[in-house]
Amino acid sequence: MNWVNAIVQGILLGGLYALFACGLSLLFGVVRVVNLAHGDFAVLAAYLALVVITTTHVPALLTFVIVAPLFAIFGYGVQRLIIQKSLDVSPLTTLLVTFGLSVVIQNVLLVTASADSHSFDLGSLISASLRITPELSIGYVPLMIFVTAVVVLSGLQLFLSRTAMGRAIRASADDQEASSIAGVNTRHVFGIAAAIAFATVALAGLALGSSSSFDPSAGPSRLIFAFEAVIIGGVGSLWGTLVGGIILGVAQAVGAQIDPSGGVLAGHLVFLAVLALRPQGLIRARLAV
Amino acid sequence: MLEVRSLTVRHGYLQALTDITLTVASGETIAIIGANGAGKSTLLRSIIGLHRPSAGSIMLDGRDITVLPPHARVREGIALVPEGRRLFPSLSVEENLLVGRSSRRPGSWSLGAVYELFDWMGARRREPTIHLSGGEQQAVAVGRALMANPQVLLLDELSLGLAPTMVRRIYGVLPKLVKQGMAVLLVEQDVTQAMRIADRFQCLLEGRTTLEGKPADATKAQVEAAYFGLAGRTGPGSAA
Repeated sequence: MNWVNAIVQGILLGGLYALFACGLSLLFGVVRVVNLAHGDFAVLAAYLALVVITTTHVPALLTFVIVAPLFAIFGYGVQRLIIQKSLDVSPLTTLLVTFGLSVVIQNVLLVTASADSHSFDLGSLISASLRITPELSIGYVPLMIFVTAVVVLSGLQLFLSRTAMGRAIRASADDQEASSIAGVNTRHVFGIAAAIAFATVALAGLALGSSSSFDPSAGPSRLIFAFEAVIIGGVGSLWGTLVGGIILGVAQAVGAQIDPSGGVLAGHLVFLAVLALRPQGLIRARLAV
Repeated sequence: MLEVRSLTVRHGYLQALTDITLTVASGETIAIIGANGAGKSTLLRSIIGLHRPSAGSIMLDGRDITVLPPHARVREGIALVPEGRRLFPSLSVEENLLVGRSSRRPGSWSLGAVYELFDWMGARRREPTIHLSGGEQQAVAVGRALMANPQVLLLDELSLGLAPTMVRRIYGVLPKLVKQGMAVLLVEQDVTQAMRIADRFQCLLEGRTTLEGKPADATKAQVEAAYFGLAGRTGPGSAA
């Protein structure tokens, strides 16, 4: 039964990883930018929510609804003012710029918010759980995160396949120059893609703060998990990030079941195995079906 | 309608176009001919805004569009069918056409009008474009450009890699477009094909205009001389 429990908890953890990974995958798939500050932006969103909660005393869950759109606007600005500028110089410059952003965010948070770790006060929700059998119960918070991930991925899939903006995003991901001569303002489209990516990374940061804790240096390890989920699932495939996230989550949970300190290592080993045996990932790369 | 004035374009140290001047009026078809590397594609790409000129200007209906980005030029009324078609592989035929609608420029072209122009296309609108033959893909590329309701249509090497019958069929739609008052500027490596459909032609060699006029007025020798740069050897009248 412990094994079943480990697998179920691992699947739920996969939802959190998928939330982290889908923004990274979208930004890479459309704008061709590897955002090395992705994890740090998630942590920044968590701190932003913390500030809103402590100053306005709005309940945590309500705050999340405000922070995600704010972060989308922020993402549009970051894309247009910083990432696009570095893209115009060279693709390699974006690596340096996002790495720089990562360092800046971590240090600004360290100076302004100290190295203490925080988590969101969700009241009684944090310990509430759904009891399936005497040995297996599912926490409400991990379940809500998993459901959020599925809803976000489904919504994103529908947006990309059904709307004019989604079509423009897919066209620009295919061929930026061809879409510009078809009349698409590709810089605006990239801004919108970044806005969506930032909204999802904000949700990921908030989910992190709800299910465990965050501190100024929590970003890079989250970035690694997001990378692993993206690569296991297949670069550029949205549902692939969920599959990748779940596989990573289950590997970590089962690994921790074998040896309490072996969870993260087991995740890395599964990642390396996929990279060696199926480097294109498990799901065929495609932005939308 | 479209006026290119003394356009000079550089790629790094290479001067791709030098002092090119041309005009295309409504309902007129102009062909740009020339050998590989003469600057034909660079000229079209500069007109749509993919290359920034280092000197000269591009006017559309008297408005200066020299510094506008490509998508803004599409909104002003220019559309390019690029060399190699450049369709979006992950989009269906219909989605490819709809992307051409992005500028929201008003006009008579719609999905229905394109499906009427290419009668096979409607039935296959849900298919990915990689399932289509080269000629069919070229037709989708033309349709995508028409969806922008252009005043000026730029065509880059429509015939490239297509069977002669397919080329004739694609060029067969041009008279309909020209009759609606569209101005057509086309680049073509197949000189015979270009001369057959153009009202006027302009021959480029190493980024300069070497000959221009009406196809009927130019002798084969003159065109060959301008095309290959044999001006000194074939006698007078070949270089402009």
